Amino acid sequence: MANVTKNRPLSPHLQIYKFIPTMAMSIMHRITGAALYFGTVLVAAWLIAAASGEENFNEVNGLFGSLVGQIILFGYTWALLHHLLGGLRHMMWDLGYGFEKEFSTMLAKANLVASIGLTVLVWIVVLLVR
Amino acid sequence: MDMRTPLAKVRGLGSAKSGTEHFWKVRTTSIALTPLLLFYVGFLVMYVGRPYADVVGALSNPFVATINALTVIASVIHMRLGMEEVIQDYVHNESMKLLFIVLNAFFSLLIGGLCLIAVLKIAFAG
Repeated sequence: MANVTKNRPLSPHLQIYKFIPTMAMSIMHRITGAALYFGTVLVAAWLIAAASGEENFNEVNGLFGSLVGQIILFGYTWALLHHLLGGLRHMMWDLGYGFEKEFSTMLAKANLVASIGLTVLVWIVVLLVR
Repeated sequence: MDMRTPLAKVRGLGSAKSGTEHFWKVRTTSIALTPLLLFYVGFLVMYVGRPYADVVGALSNPFVATINALTVIASVIHMRLGMEEVIQDYVHNESMKLLFIVLNAFFSLLIGGLCLIAVLKIAFAG
């Protein structure tokens, strides 16, 4: 019998393809997913601080309120919204819709624009409420 | 010596030995997380920068605490499966792959445990 493991056809990898919006957003989906993964440490820190008394809470809030903290939280907001919108695109594809070239390219671009727009909107509201 | 044919090996469960379970769990948790996280973002927008008593008061509301706990549970499952897929794609050394998959499971459960206890402590004890 033929060696099935060694004789499998190889699929071409990243560098073979032209860099296109859907590809870029696929990569961004992974990167934002990984960022959200490690960012859960921040969520845990905030919840634990809130659970362990006023002093700890104010300390963590102070860190999050610093310039570096705010930049990280802004990035985290964007990663969340970008991954969420990307997830909706994936859900559409899973259901069998939206595979047309122009449409999926348009949606890939819209994903980036919408995630940045929504992030800025969320932060404008945050700054107005505070 | 494995007497089974290649077809018999992959029939039903595929090369990952778990069929579509992984895929299905990622999708169901993502459906759950869409409204949960939108609520979460809304909550944070309303309570960011507010004093301790306000925030803890809001977090101890039973409805908010339930949303919070569900978000933590769905997130932990989703993040673990997502990172597992990334590890399986990029780590080719078998023992390193196993090590990272175990570490991934431990990290996800640790984060989930910490968040869940914090959420429940605020809900029950303030």
